[in-house]
Amino acid sequence: MNLKLKIWRQKNANDKGAFESYDVSDVSPDMSFLEMLDVLNEDLSRDGKDPVHFDHDCREGICGMCSLYINGKPHGPKDAVTTCQLHMRSFKDGDIIVIEPWRASAFPVHKDLVVDRSSFDRIIQAGGYVNVNTGGVPDANEIAIPKTIADQAMDAAQCIGCGACVAACKNASAMLFTAAKVSQLALLPQGQTERHTRVERMVAQMEEEGFGNCTNTGACSAVCPKEIGQEHIARLNREYIGAKAASDNV
Amino acid sequence: MALDSKIPEGPLADKWTSHKFKSKLVNPANKRKYDIIVVGTGLAGASAAASFGELGYNVKSFCFQDSPRRAHSIAAQGGINAAKNYQNDGDSVFRLFYDTIKGGDYRGREANIHRLAEVSVNIIDQCVAQGVPFARDYGGLLDNRSFGGAQVSRTFYARGQTGQQLLLGAYSALSRQVATGKVKLYARTEMLDVVIIDGQARGIVTRNLITGEIESHSAHAVVLATGGYGNVFFLSTNAMGSNVTAAWRAHKKGAFFGNPCYTQIHPTCIPVSGDHQSKLTLMSESLRNDGRIWVPKEAVKGLKAADAAKIAEEDRDYYLERKYPAFGNLVPRDVASRNAKQMCDAGKGVGATGLAVFLDFSDAIKRDGLETIKGKYGNLFDMYQQITGDNPYEMPMMIYPAVHYTMGGLWVDYNLMTSVPGLYAAGEANFSDHGANRLGASALMQGLADGYFVLPYTIGDYLANMPYDKIPTDHEAFQTAEKEVKDRIQKLLSINGTKTVDDFHKELGHIMWEHCGMARNAEGLKLAKEKIKALREEFWKNVKVLGDNEEMNMSLEKANRVADFIELGELMVDDAFNRRESCGGHFREESQTPEGEALRIDDEFSYVAAWEYQGEGQDAKLHKEELEFENVKLTQRSYK
Repeated sequence: MNLKLKIWRQKNANDKGAFESYDVSDVSPDMSFLEMLDVLNEDLSRDGKDPVHFDHDCREGICGMCSLYINGKPHGPKDAVTTCQLHMRSFKDGDIIVIEPWRASAFPVHKDLVVDRSSFDRIIQAGGYVNVNTGGVPDANEIAIPKTIADQAMDAAQCIGCGACVAACKNASAMLFTAAKVSQLALLPQGQTERHTRVERMVAQMEEEGFGNCTNTGACSAVCPKEIGQEHIARLNREYIGAKAASDNV
Repeated sequence: MALDSKIPEGPLADKWTSHKFKSKLVNPANKRKYDIIVVGTGLAGASAAASFGELGYNVKSFCFQDSPRRAHSIAAQGGINAAKNYQNDGDSVFRLFYDTIKGGDYRGREANIHRLAEVSVNIIDQCVAQGVPFARDYGGLLDNRSFGGAQVSRTFYARGQTGQQLLLGAYSALSRQVATGKVKLYARTEMLDVVIIDGQARGIVTRNLITGEIESHSAHAVVLATGGYGNVFFLSTNAMGSNVTAAWRAHKKGAFFGNPCYTQIHPTCIPVSGDHQSKLTLMSESLRNDGRIWVPKEAVKGLKAADAAKIAEEDRDYYLERKYPAFGNLVPRDVASRNAKQMCDAGKGVGATGLAVFLDFSDAIKRDGLETIKGKYGNLFDMYQQITGDNPYEMPMMIYPAVHYTMGGLWVDYNLMTSVPGLYAAGEANFSDHGANRLGASALMQGLADGYFVLPYTIGDYLANMPYDKIPTDHEAFQTAEKEVKDRIQKLLSINGTKTVDDFHKELGHIMWEHCGMARNAEGLKLAKEKIKALREEFWKNVKVLGDNEEMNMSLEKANRVADFIELGELMVDDAFNRRESCGGHFREESQTPEGEALRIDDEFSYVAAWEYQGEGQDAKLHKEELEFENVKLTQRSYK
């Protein structure tokens, strides 16, 4: 099939940036979306033009590095997949595909479609862990965890930190990302000791990074490639209120 | 230089305990006077950096990705082994040790592997304490599954995303140390050289992948946890960015490379669909617990998965179950891969290319019900359907072997130190624990063993003898290394040839897969060596690298990596040529049993091949570390 691509090009963080159009031909439906961009980039390189920069690494839908806003939707038209798992059979001959970077002030653009998501790392650094050192921990089976609780924690823990939730949100809120980690650790017995301080610190960091507020539109869960649900945001809110009521931390 | 593996004296089971006791300690107040560099943030790198930080060392942690959480350990699906014997099915530390050394076809070190089995139990405890949500049964205790090469259930898992959950555990421990200030994080930063002063590793030179800035970092010790080099084949299950550059630059500065030809070809990957293919996707080995592998008894050209049901039961050849009744579909990876290749070479392969076999779940779905199978493998089935368009609940999967893991890597002694003092290698980047073939669910185990439980002890023993003084980065050695890195980048940018970096990478991949892949022979390897030499010469004359250094430049990043892959390819071919036996993942056609199984030649090749760099365009020099087996009897591996 033949396609027209409108791709956001931006030389660096200071550049204003603009869309540029490219034609790609003979695209196979078995190609992944990123392989289609590889082919475009090989053509551009042969012509001596700067290839389109985009983030990607594992190409198995798990590392969370790929991050394209495709035709107005993070990770493209299919539900529950990352861009690297999107295949060209989801498009048809003659389609115009608009490709943009994640847009959020907390995710500044480095170049073209590549953005800076280190704000996510800092949210985790604020408290997304259990305070245990290596060694000196109890036997793994000393902590029995009901299967239903372990499964719910796993649902939340699946977050790949891609940032689609932020890109989809009209307020560019990082609530779903933050909630996924808060929820995982609030559900598990290992996370109880620091339950209150964790949620307070992580929410404070989220606000400091310049992410917007959550207004419960649910756009984040709708685009989440791991289908992390709104119940985790609800749990974060309960945890936060509980922490504020119960502690004088932070 | 003589190789000293520094294996402690004494009975196998006591070696690690006595070694830990004999190792020197650094007083807690003095630890803050030492700086350690850790390159790579996968399971080995993140766990090492976090543990060093907890102990009180000052740590700098580097990764080329935008966040440490992206490292490719994250993609491991199936699980992690540990000798917990929670299933009461006869597991023990010795059995895990035995399975691992046998699975590695007796080309691994007894002492290292026993230590790995010993600390495996601590890893599970550690991960659970961090909040890793492992699968549990209804009583709330941990669940296990079986994996290839073992007859006990010792594999712990978190759905089909075990690597992700373990890595996020290590990443959380690392993040905690970043918050305390003990670890400083350098993301989107690639190591391009190691700096050696007075014979000791004292720092690295890096390139900032956003600004292009070349920087020096000084330390008292350097740990490389930079993963494997499967991308030398262009197509592999590795991440697109996985590369050998850090390890290779270390090799060129004096670190010996161990067993470079040992490559694991994973039997269950999604077959290649066309020339545009950029990488291969693995389907977890755990699928072989319930999936049955077969091809039609009589060749059927272009047989589609959708038509598989038309082949009657008696016309199917479940070749693994037929040939290996004891292990069936759960034979080790090298055996499963080679058999798939044999079936396809005999013309019995399925699919449009004939380079695939079926992995069929219909019997398991009938036996256990759709919901059970969905619960176990749902995400893998979804991924398969996403990539191929076929629904594996309704028809068999098609699979074919693909490059997955490299058992070879930087040679290290028992302390995980390379042949350069102060330079360590951990996880897939070293050669040490898997012999000639790695068992499933053992990579995660080794990465975390090295980082959480081995390096924190062994590095202290080294640092205890080091003076506290720091070497400033304006030292001549740093300046020279920076200049070499800059000159090389300028050279790459100035060639302005006609072929892209990917053109060269694909060509290298073809040569490697053809001649140094699932089966190797002397003639093919000789040919490969010539072809790679020619390719290297052409690369430095005709590669086209666009843009400048002072910007984000992915074309330049790739060029730097591919140049090193080409040199590594030549060494792999040399190593494969030298080893005239078959063992594990290394199958020399000249050395096979009458049944076509790998035939080891223990009298001649029971050694680790450690290669020393001799200079540009020169053949590397071979050093042999003889392997001594005191606790296991070498037998022809049999899974019948």
